[in-house]
Amino acid sequence: MAKLNLNRVSMPKQTPEERGKNFNEVAFGYTHEQALEEAGRCIQCKKRNCIVGCPVGVDIPEFILALREDNMVEAVKSLKAKNALPGICGRVCPQETQCEDVCTLGKKKAPIAIGRLERYVADWEIVHKDEIPKDIEKAEPTGKKVAVVGSGPAGLTVAADMAKLGHEVTMFEALHVAGGVLMYGIPEFRLPKKIVQGEVDYVKSLGVDLKLDSVIGKIALVDELFEEGYEAVFLGTGAGLPIFMKLPGENLNGIYSANEFLTRINLMKAYQFPKYDTPIMIGKRVAVIGGGNVAMDSARCALRLGAEEVYIAYRRSQTELPARAEEVENAMEEGIVFKFLTAPVRYHSDKRGWVRAMECIQMELGEPDDSGRRRPIPIEGSEFTLDVDVVVIAIGNRPNPLVPSTTEGLDTTKWGTLVADEETGKTTKDMVWAGGDIVTGAATVISAMGAGKNAVTAMHKKLMNIEGEE
Amino acid sequence: MYKIVSKRELAPKIKQIEIEALRLAKKALPGQFVIIRVDEEGERFPITITDTDSESGTIKIAFNEVGKSSKQLGNLNQGDSILDVVGPLGRPSEVSNFGTVLCIGGGVMVPGLHYLARALRDAGCDVIGVVGARTKELLIYTKEMKEVCSEVFISTDDGSEGFKGLEFIKDEILEKKKIDRVVAWSVAEVTLKTVSDITKPYEIPTMVLLSTIMVDGTGMCGCCRADVGGSTKFACVDGPEFDGHQVDWQLLTSRKRMYLPEERLAALTYEGFSK
Ligand SMILES: Cc1cc2nc3c(=O)[nH]c(=O)nc-3n(C[C@H](O)[C@H](O)[C@H](O)COP(=O)(O)OP(=O)(O)OC[C@H]3O[C@@H](n4cnc5c(N)ncnc54)[C@H](O)[C@@H]3O)c2cc1C
Ligand SMILES: Cc1cc2nc3c(=O)[nH]c(=O)nc-3n(C[C@H](O)[C@H](O)[C@H](O)COP(=O)(O)OP(=O)(O)OC[C@H]3O[C@@H](n4cnc5c(N)ncnc54)[C@H](O)[C@@H]3O)c2cc1C
Ligand code: SF4
Ligand code: SF4
Ligand code: FES
Repeated sequence: MAKLNLNRVSMPKQTPEERGKNFNEVAFGYTHEQALEEAGRCIQCKKRNCIVGCPVGVDIPEFILALREDNMVEAVKSLKAKNALPGICGRVCPQETQCEDVCTLGKKKAPIAIGRLERYVADWEIVHKDEIPKDIEKAEPTGKKVAVVGSGPAGLTVAADMAKLGHEVTMFEALHVAGGVLMYGIPEFRLPKKIVQGEVDYVKSLGVDLKLDSVIGKIALVDELFEEGYEAVFLGTGAGLPIFMKLPGENLNGIYSANEFLTRINLMKAYQFPKYDTPIMIGKRVAVIGGGNVAMDSARCALRLGAEEVYIAYRRSQTELPARAEEVENAMEEGIVFKFLTAPVRYHSDKRGWVRAMECIQMELGEPDDSGRRRPIPIEGSEFTLDVDVVVIAIGNRPNPLVPSTTEGLDTTKWGTLVADEETGKTTKDMVWAGGDIVTGAATVISAMGAGKNAVTAMHKKLMNIEGEE
Repeated sequence: MYKIVSKRELAPKIKQIEIEALRLAKKALPGQFVIIRVDEEGERFPITITDTDSESGTIKIAFNEVGKSSKQLGNLNQGDSILDVVGPLGRPSEVSNFGTVLCIGGGVMVPGLHYLARALRDAGCDVIGVVGARTKELLIYTKEMKEVCSEVFISTDDGSEGFKGLEFIKDEILEKKKIDRVVAWSVAEVTLKTVSDITKPYEIPTMVLLSTIMVDGTGMCGCCRADVGGSTKFACVDGPEFDGHQVDWQLLTSRKRMYLPEERLAALTYEGFSK
């Protein structure tokens, strides 16, 4: 057996000093040589562990082999057979807990950089569009109208695949652009909006009719969509309802939900105020509450908007941080100050109603809770105060109740998520399917896409009266 | 794109426009609002729907030209288009036969309130109106209100026409008549607070329309939060109408002023006074 190459090829990035001042993408992506070198490390295992780790089952060894043989067209085809949005997933998947976690070389602490290779192949495709034979086999029109509600990764996946199967698809989106969290949540420096819009354009090119500014539950109820002739409805409305902590002073000026903070910056481009009309308040000291991707994104946005000091207050320790490892590392390099085992208890204001200080309490870790993570317990008498001008609350989101509460027959759980069959996404309402964050609660881009794929299979079968083979 | 099919000046710096929006025209109800984004660089801001015409497929809105966004909207003409109009958002006002309803409207909010007053009348209510403004030139929709109300009182802040201020409501209306419900709409919190303070001792249910700052208008951001009865509400989805006796006015006022310096800068930049 050839000697294992354990030198994971690192990806070139902007220096922390540089990138702290702009919204350009942090990582440049591999060069062709770097991609070939990294791909060359893959040992093409017989037992293909890595595939099992990917929620949509990308044939990783196959696309890496094609890449290694410099057969880019084949690499693109293989990748896209399972993953319609590789440029996005390569950038934002938590690879360290998915494909790369189970890569055979992971045992030697040098898993193949699958995400980076995926990104490389996807970016190559954008530049070399013309070299890829157009063999989108679009099926004969079925004459069936399908409505997709929400245009995040789940909705985009369903719209694209249903259109390819010959159905007439309309996608309704509440906001003025399509893409969901990919547009309003994840910042430009991590996922360029051009890439997301490229995918949206592709979906439209398949014949999907995208209706923006359309809040289902307001402009039309789900039942009215059926009356208008839609025969099946897919709900991919995400988990967009911000959770607050109900602490004294939480509604003071300067205290944002992460959704508002990120929406103002990413969707409304507040970082270009006053060229763009939407303002944002930053101040000198910003505290972000939470430890997930949303918290990292908020903190790094604040830094780029000129905050002098940015804290992340997380109630557990570094080991429990749920954010993508790469982004935690980036945030630390950029100088974000992590206050572990810290939680806010109340906020203090100045006379004009602006937050000025955040009172915190120190935590210690106790026994593991339901989620398997050790439960934080406040240490009595450990209170301390941090001076802050802006606070961003990034402790999570719940599904927006707008659609469930206006639709008869849709059962929800006590967390507000929709009850849906795990394999098919079928809800408790006839001819209505759902997938993504609205079913699972805040999760990942790739799991939303996976749920979309499952729903497509089930919806198509049902619409075409195809008997199950089971 | 949403086309402006007609435009009218109701008073100096108060405009009403009619917009082509087929689905909206069929769905909107009194008390609901739209979120508008004029162009690509524009912010998203809420404006109350003042009427709908499901046959021609249009809605109407009325607005004060106060800052960058509303001035820019006011500079559009018949035939021009608005990039985004989203709605109908918010819960509609409650409409049923309440008995005698006192509808108090300030300035630019009177046209929207007229739309509600008409619905209340059609539902069998006896509607009494109060039309208010800062000064008499800014009184709008008085004639229209008279058409749907059994009685209309006029009030101005400076006393240039009708009663001066709102204190008269107590002696002239509440002391003389049994009022079953009060609805007060104004973009000025003081008006809403004054009305709520006046009706409180009479224990008359008083609904007020809170014009908080908003971004999405669908419950996604929490920008529009207000404290009502000690709990946090999102004005865009839980409101915009709330029980006026339960509102934390100080919080509402300070949150509405959050971006004053930026609003000034935006307006000045738009008018070309600064860079
Ligand atoms: C800041 C942030 C960073 C993240 N980082 C990562 C990451 O690095 N990696 C990762 O894998 N995941 C990440 N996630 C999570 C990931 O983005 C989500 O799990 C994923 O986007 C869910 O997809 P979805 O299609 O279910 O919903 P969403 O992306 O939420 O899309 C839902 C869409 O539906 C629309 N909608 C809602 N209600 C209605 C209605 N009534 N009518 C019409 N349209 C409606 C919304 O406007 C939205 O566009 C992050 C999330 C956030 C907020
Ligand atoms: C549910 C709801 C319904 C609303 N309905 C209407 C409506 O029907 N018509 C309407 O004109 N506005 C309405 N508003 C207020 C409207 O959203 C703001 O007027 C708008 O944001 C103004 O944007 P701007 O950029 O022009 O001014 P900004 O730059 O945002 O504001 C400039 C200054 O004017 C003050 N101001 C804001 N609005 C008004 C106003 N209407 N009259 C006087 N002073 C004001 C602000 O406090 C600020 O200091 C409503 C708000 C909400 C939440
Ligand atoms: S889609 Fe995500 S999990 Fe699957 S192979 Fe690509 S990066 Fe890994
Ligand atoms: S497990 Fe790792 S080394 Fe093995 S085939 Fe997959 S990517 Fe290559
Ligand atoms: S405006 Fe965003 S939640 Fe109300």
